[in-house]
Amino acid sequence: MKKSHIIGIVIIAAAIMIIMSTAGDASTYVDFGQAKELAEDGSKSKVHVVGRLKKDAKGHIVGMQYDPLVDPNYFSFMLVDTNRVEQKVVYFNPKPQDFERSEQVVITGNMQNDVFVADKILLKCPSKYVETEVKPNTTTAGL
Amino acid sequence: MINTLIGDIGHLSVIIAFVAAIVSSYAYFMASRSSADANSLNSWRRFARGAFYVHGAAVIVVIFALFNIIYEHRYEYYYAWSHSSNHLPVHYMISCFWEGQEGSFLLWIFWHVVLGVVLMNSGKKNKEWEAPVMAMFSFVQLFLTSMILGIVIGDMKIGSSPFILMRDFMSDAPVFAMDPNFKPEDGTGLNPLLQNIWMVIHPPTLFLGFAATLVPFAFAMAGLWKNKFGEWVRPALPWAHFAALSLGVGTMMGAYWAYETLNFGGYWNWDPVENAVYIPWLVLVGAIHTMLIFRRSKQGLRISYILVIASFILILYATFLTRSGILGNASVHSFTDLGLSGQLFTYLTAFTVLAVALLIYKWKHIPTTEKELTTYTGEFWVFIGAAVLCLAGFQVLTTTSIPVYNSFLGFIGIDSNAALPADQIEHYTKFQLWAGVLIAVLTGIGQLMWWRKTDKKSFADAITMPLMLTLLFASLVIILSNNFDVFDFKLDNPVYIILFVTSLFAVFANLSIILSLLHKKVSLSGGAVAHIGIALMLLGILFSSGYSNIISGNTSGMLYSREFPDEINRDNVLLWRNATTDMDKYKVTYHGQFIEVAGVPEYVNKEILFRTADEYTAIARADIKVNDKIYFKTSDTLELPSPENTYYEVEYKNRETGETFILYPRAQVNPNMGLLASPDIKSFANKDLYTHVSSVPDPNEEKEWSQLQEHTVAMGDTIILNDYVAIFNGVEVIKEVPGVPLKEGDVAVQADMKVMGEKKTYHAHPLLIFKDGMAGYYPEIIEDLGLRITFLNIDPAKQEFKIGVNTTQKDYIILKAMEKPFVNILWIGTIIMSIGFVMAIVRRNEDGGRKPAKTKPAKKAEAAQVA
Repeated sequence: MKKSHIIGIVIIAAAIMIIMSTAGDASTYVDFGQAKELAEDGSKSKVHVVGRLKKDAKGHIVGMQYDPLVDPNYFSFMLVDTNRVEQKVVYFNPKPQDFERSEQVVITGNMQNDVFVADKILLKCPSKYVETEVKPNTTTAGL
Repeated sequence: MINTLIGDIGHLSVIIAFVAAIVSSYAYFMASRSSADANSLNSWRRFARGAFYVHGAAVIVVIFALFNIIYEHRYEYYYAWSHSSNHLPVHYMISCFWEGQEGSFLLWIFWHVVLGVVLMNSGKKNKEWEAPVMAMFSFVQLFLTSMILGIVIGDMKIGSSPFILMRDFMSDAPVFAMDPNFKPEDGTGLNPLLQNIWMVIHPPTLFLGFAATLVPFAFAMAGLWKNKFGEWVRPALPWAHFAALSLGVGTMMGAYWAYETLNFGGYWNWDPVENAVYIPWLVLVGAIHTMLIFRRSKQGLRISYILVIASFILILYATFLTRSGILGNASVHSFTDLGLSGQLFTYLTAFTVLAVALLIYKWKHIPTTEKELTTYTGEFWVFIGAAVLCLAGFQVLTTTSIPVYNSFLGFIGIDSNAALPADQIEHYTKFQLWAGVLIAVLTGIGQLMWWRKTDKKSFADAITMPLMLTLLFASLVIILSNNFDVFDFKLDNPVYIILFVTSLFAVFANLSIILSLLHKKVSLSGGAVAHIGIALMLLGILFSSGYSNIISGNTSGMLYSREFPDEINRDNVLLWRNATTDMDKYKVTYHGQFIEVAGVPEYVNKEILFRTADEYTAIARADIKVNDKIYFKTSDTLELPSPENTYYEVEYKNRETGETFILYPRAQVNPNMGLLASPDIKSFANKDLYTHVSSVPDPNEEKEWSQLQEHTVAMGDTIILNDYVAIFNGVEVIKEVPGVPLKEGDVAVQADMKVMGEKKTYHAHPLLIFKDGMAGYYPEIIEDLGLRITFLNIDPAKQEFKIGVNTTQKDYIILKAMEKPFVNILWIGTIIMSIGFVMAIVRRNEDGGRKPAKTKPAKKAEAAQVA
């Protein structure tokens, strides 16, 4: 067998290994129900959950707890997933600053002791880059 | 009044540029035919050149028109309104230009024009290449200009024009129904994170890299097309180097920007936007290596074709990924979907199909050698190196594309919920670290093999010295770090040690190459220099990321919840204003909120500023001095260039050495994005101390003050305010009040109070003004103590005064701080790598111009080295 063939085979093997490993490391988008099932099955793998913040009639966020004076590294809130299931989420970091204005939230983490422990929060603020409103004679229009 | 002329000029020029690109690509195609006679070809070529120049001129006009719209604050145009504002300094107007997608397309188009003109005029050596290469160029320009065309045919929208008027963009807004000529007074401003010098130079550099990738691709295509299968490599090589240099430097500029502006605590986040450029860069560098192999030994031509084509296609794929909105939830970047997905996909597919089809069609004709690869040749090891680079790129590509698989499966009706790995850093590091190890080893071995006579004995001679130095130096560092605490970390992780040793080996091996080339021809050592740069970058990444250390752990012992006591890192610490807290080896004190004032070299405490209705001006309440030099006097009007930025003064004092320094981490209040924090970095020779606020009391939220407590005092009385001792010294009538014009009959009285804080004594001067028969209160707020003192009333008969006191929460910040050991090595490595690339470009460019020197026996030895 020629050397170049051996190299070719090694490269292909490495590529296959990469694909397998990516498939193994890839996380999934789930809802809270599935996240609970996974945790009950003993899985510690981290999942993604897409949800919306629970808001009252006036648009204020409900169930949010952050008191930096007591513990700056504890932030908890209620998230409603796509199946309208509510779940308490804990994030051991300061509250993200533009949290209130976000509409959709993607969290990464897993269920532990009936709370979802998030280690990453991704906020999607629709107004972030595209302004869709203009008012007469204002200096800063925008949502 | 609305100025529609400039927009019409711009839009018309886009259309001209588009049409000229079509004409030019057709004419260059005709000029590339091999059947026609020379005269006809020449006239086609002249015509094509003319068309390309028309295209270039039109592009310049488009750029001028768009910049004019931004520069003149023409907010009747959506682009100016959404990306600029009245107070934006001129140098950031340049960033506005490419904040929007249309502008960044324009930037890309502009670089293609520049490179095209250079290629057309680069003398005799590329003459036979001009027609086919420029045909590719014009063809690409056709697609790119279509992105900003902004024409609607039936239901189909082609391109998104940057010259759209507000009233057309927001045709539903009631304002425009009332008054179609309405023009907003101010724009919504540039994204504050982009108001940074690196964001002025990073996008042009990166797009220059994007554009330059087209050159080797165009040459490769021309080579296939005109059956000049091997000849294209020589003229394409310097361009490939140039593209890799621009892409690499552009990426690292972006990384540096992220490091000093964003607050995720590093320079690289494996975000799809970053990966999208990293992948083609790796493949392009791989392509350069296979092209070098071909130049030297006529091997590896097919693989060179594949890699050059792949690097260009991957650039297009990167564009598609980041601009089509397909990434959705996968990235922190919010991408604007301009509805160009279809067009972008067409662009990507057209060139993929064209290139792959041409390659397959001509595959059998591409010459190969029957020479077998042997282990003791430089080519063999360089080839392995290229393979490792491509595999590393492939790994990043496989993971970054996960959202694309979802979309694709969804498109054919399969529901897929795959997400990016939860711990991306771990996932990528697992591969990229080992790729780094292999690259480091291969740069050493490959370079030694490449430059030395290649047999077992002489190779052993060559490698001995670098290997000994490596082992010596590595063991020294490992022992010093583990047993003598010379560094802030212990180098005891075996994987990190492997990367450390191999990178050191790469440095020493390449150094030995440079030394041996010194007395031959230094200009040949570009490769060795670049490889040292890469090895240093690996070392910098290893230390700064591998041993990044958070020093702001919560030491208060207060935990909200004890549900998960051990696993959770509590990385942020709360600092009360003026209360010193122990943090790692420092005593840290937060001193207050500061702001930038024009004409003053340091930030100024907000407390001595009297803010006015115009947020860009303020009035000094005390003399503003820095190092005993007075810059402004009390009552002077000050200009605030960036009122949205607050700088939090944090003093660090090293407990052992007593060394003190001050950092100003920054946070900005932005109406669209909330509060944005940027770090401040203290650079030491061996590490950076990286500090940012992670939370502050919401400045938009009104402070909650306690109920007003009234005190009646006489001159000289001592009272207790919120646990602080205060002395009421007296009152005085004052003539001038900053910001309030006083008429005859108006009276302004100022109380003089002293409050003894924990650290220092504060003077409070609340004001009471009787103006037009009304009483006006100007309370004094002592933020440090959380006190607000109001001067309420005077009883002239009894010589008594009434003051009111409210108390509130003291000011605080929540801080995160970390140490990044030897991050400087990364930046130094980047610079060295760039120098190496420049040397290689210069050398390959000379090489490209020269006829092969094979015929002259005297030059034979050199030719063998050059080749």
